[in-house]
Amino acid sequence: MQSLKMQILEILSEDCRTPLERIAVMTGAELSQVAEEIEALERDRVILQYSPVINWDRTEKERCEAMIEVKVTPQRDMGFDAIAGRIYRFDEVKSVYLMSGSYDLLVLVEARTLKDLALFVSEKLSPLESVTGTSTSFVLKRYKQDGVIFVGESVDKRMAVSP
Amino acid sequence: MSNFINPRVAQVPPSGIRRFFDIAGTMKDAISLGVGEPDFVTPYHIRSAAIDSILDGETQYTPNRGLLALRQEIADYLAERFQASYDPEKEIVVTVGASEAIDLALRVCLRSGDEVILPDPGYVSYAPCVTFAGGTPVPVPTKAEDEFRITAEEIEAAVTDKTRALIFPYPNNPTGAVMNKAQMQEIAAVVEKHDLLVISDEIYAELTYAEEETEGEKIAFSALPGMKARTVLINGFSKAFAMTGWRLGYACGPQDILYEMNKIHQYAIMCAPRQAQVAGLQALKKNRETGYEDVETMRRSYDRRRRVMLDAFRRMGLDCFEPRGAFYCFPNIQSTGLTSEEFCTRLLREHKVVCVPGDAFGKSGAGHIRCCYATDMNRMMEAFARMGQFIQSL
Repeated sequence: MQSLKMQILEILSEDCRTPLERIAVMTGAELSQVAEEIEALERDRVILQYSPVINWDRTEKERCEAMIEVKVTPQRDMGFDAIAGRIYRFDEVKSVYLMSGSYDLLVLVEARTLKDLALFVSEKLSPLESVTGTSTSFVLKRYKQDGVIFVGESVDKRMAVSP
Repeated sequence: MSNFINPRVAQVPPSGIRRFFDIAGTMKDAISLGVGEPDFVTPYHIRSAAIDSILDGETQYTPNRGLLALRQEIADYLAERFQASYDPEKEIVVTVGASEAIDLALRVCLRSGDEVILPDPGYVSYAPCVTFAGGTPVPVPTKAEDEFRITAEEIEAAVTDKTRALIFPYPNNPTGAVMNKAQMQEIAAVVEKHDLLVISDEIYAELTYAEEETEGEKIAFSALPGMKARTVLINGFSKAFAMTGWRLGYACGPQDILYEMNKIHQYAIMCAPRQAQVAGLQALKKNRETGYEDVETMRRSYDRRRRVMLDAFRRMGLDCFEPRGAFYCFPNIQSTGLTSEEFCTRLLREHKVVCVPGDAFGKSGAGHIRCCYATDMNRMMEAFARMGQFIQSL
């Protein structure tokens, strides 16, 4: 049997707008229990934010994204954390991951235009002291993100009535 | 020219569900709670195994009884999950869906005029298959106050000197009723006493929900003491692994019965499609490794939606038995003053929600509707809003 905490996380990860009352019904728990559990999850920073998955390409917003592979020199006593901190503090940076393999940090960057993005790399990222190299790849098309498929339509292929 | 059609076949009406399907088919943007299958697609690794097998050129017949490796997996699965023990060589036949297995069992065991007891309401094909096999279906009404379980006394009361078999379909479609071990033991005593064959349709066996009664032991009917010799266990991949369209099921039972079932299967079908068998093999193998992760993930998701649907019907003021298995709710709609047929037809025409009239599953289903909660949560909520409006408008 899954704990209430895990059940709530599973429900919210599918739809973070699920009302508390419905979560209570879905789990068979008391409303107050659900509320407490969610508060605890937020307090413990397990749940950090409730945000929708947006397909910006279907809006008028001008926007481009890149994934940048960054090689850095780790610092004594700080490892990669200090330089990662320098990088993730930029507003343009949406995600930063420490990676195994041929480079160190994977940085997802978002800007209005390609030029803005290129300037970000050349003026802000590359000049950082510990950064020894970058390789930028622009995102051309988004097929799937956060488990959601962006292309095509999802169609229920079942017949309307079956035994 | 003579009438070539056998009256025994002609007398059986087409499924009541079919008729409803025709109306629903003409309506766009209707929300359907009328389906009888998972809303999950078959897990990716299973689909992929079938594709690989096709690409590897595995396009031939398999043994009549099915790939031995698959039968071995089925035997291990039933032992591990349901305490049942079967010899993969002699006591298992892989069929084209559980439906074929039911038909085979009835054709092998029924003599002309034999009576078969079946709980009513129940799955739509039991009674027709009994009739096609030359038998007489004896529906035994089950009631919401008994949580739609058939009782030993009811079976006892229905037994005559012509009774040959009991069809025992739990967890139940359409009611969602389940039977626990103690209740099954009572049934076992009565079938023993009257020397009946049991056709135990366990296609929904994986889909039972966390309640004290069902949580404990999962046990196949044939695993009860003395029952293996008089039980044909029917199961398949459709519900537990979301594999309805693959048409893959199996029957397990006493060697002599399975020998004869395989004979009909051999002459009529040859073997279940090879790719479906390969897919089934992958489903069982992988899930045994992962602690039945696919099954558990789907089961949890159904369980949540089960609670939401039950809650919604009760809020609408409908009397609804709490289903503990399968993926259906079976609310009573008599308080609306409509018959199930009227309720479903008007709900569809006026509010574009598809439900199945309860009497499509037998006379005792009258006054109820079957609603499937293997439905997207948001669509389901919209359907409830529409049903609520409909009930208000009456």
